[in-house]
Amino acid sequence: MRETKQFDNHFGIIGWLGGGRWGIERYLYIIHRVAGLGILLFFMMHIFESSVRIFGPESWNAAMNVLKHPVFKLGEFVVYFGFAFHALNGLRLILIELGFAVGKAEEPVYPYRSSLNVQRPLMIVVMVIAAVVILAGGMNIFVLH
Amino acid sequence: MEQMKKVPITFYIRRFDPVTDEEPRIQKYVLQVEKGMTVLDCIHVIKEEQDPSLAFRFSCRMGVCGSCAMLINGKPTLACNTQTLDLTDSVLTVGALPNFNIIRDLVPDLVPMFGVHQRVQPYIIRKDTQEMEKPSGEYFQSPHQLEEFLQFTYCIKCGVCMAACPTMATDRQYPGPMALTQAYRYNTDSRDDGGGERKDLVAKSHGVFGCHYAGECSNACPKGVDPARAIQLLKRDLVRDYLHLGKDHACAKTHPLPPNAERKPKIEAPPFTAGT
Ligand code: FES
Repeated sequence: MRETKQFDNHFGIIGWLGGGRWGIERYLYIIHRVAGLGILLFFMMHIFESSVRIFGPESWNAAMNVLKHPVFKLGEFVVYFGFAFHALNGLRLILIELGFAVGKAEEPVYPYRSSLNVQRPLMIVVMVIAAVVILAGGMNIFVLH
Repeated sequence: MEQMKKVPITFYIRRFDPVTDEEPRIQKYVLQVEKGMTVLDCIHVIKEEQDPSLAFRFSCRMGVCGSCAMLINGKPTLACNTQTLDLTDSVLTVGALPNFNIIRDLVPDLVPMFGVHQRVQPYIIRKDTQEMEKPSGEYFQSPHQLEEFLQFTYCIKCGVCMAACPTMATDRQYPGPMALTQAYRYNTDSRDDGGGERKDLVAKSHGVFGCHYAGECSNACPKGVDPARAIQLLKRDLVRDYLHLGKDHACAKTHPLPPNAERKPKIEAPPFTAGT
């Protein structure tokens, strides 16, 4: 067979956004992944920031002073948002992956109903809980402190 | 008969010629479309009347063969299954199916997909090889056992789910919704014993756990196969298997033929062609 040049049409990271029909679960998928990576990034920054200690109390205090800047308050909320969302949505995914809430195989009859319709109530409940938890955390960070 | 109303639709078709182009380019065509014309019909007319060099793939024209999957208005779907005027009354964009290489214009290279399909061994595997080669009777299967996987047998391998899947977009080693669904379909078949062999492909890293249930495969599937469900059930079975929970599904027993039964002569299978 003659070899011809082909064009690589993989979506790449844009595929996390494009290429589908924009079901709500896809948004959750994107936030879940971005939040997961964000938490990883936070952990690395956190370890770096804590490790400043080995340079003595002055550098530690200097680092702590930098962290008092209001921008870090917002940062704290972003990390909290990512954590709360990732944890709760992760529980939903675990339930789904254990076969709860996706239903049994059924005869496809048009208009098709998929397992997404079956799990939607679970998704809604989890998202409501996530919203409450995130709001409560936000109150704690911005209002009470 | 009343004259059918024609609507001028502008088609922006993403084209790529491997000989002359480095990158795909967009070409514009204007076509008078009437009610009842599918996107595939429109592309046919464009090829016939405006540009014979346009390349695309099709066969059955009725959503059965899975050849004509394309990215239509940003959504992967079958061109022959999509009414043009249902989608638009002015502009339509058409491109090759993403997450595959483009061979030319609207023709994606589906070979990698068929490659993993072959690797999940989409056929009945039994431990009793003797029985498989020279069956002494029939395998029994109840309607209930059939229902457990019947939905996933309707797959036409069009590749639409692979194009819709966000995990596929970044992870090239991910087997993809189609192959995973077929792995589940055969694992669940009561006549099959091959779950262990398929595990190598589906349970490793870049395997089935790369799915985080974006659900786009099921939204996009033109046949209602619901790959997302099959993938979650496959994960469930893998977890159960790992934790030794739940019952092992015993492979269906052979039901011997009655003593006076006559066997039909064996039909020789044609030699395998795919991927060789
Ligand atoms: S041409 Fe066969 S599915 Fe569209």
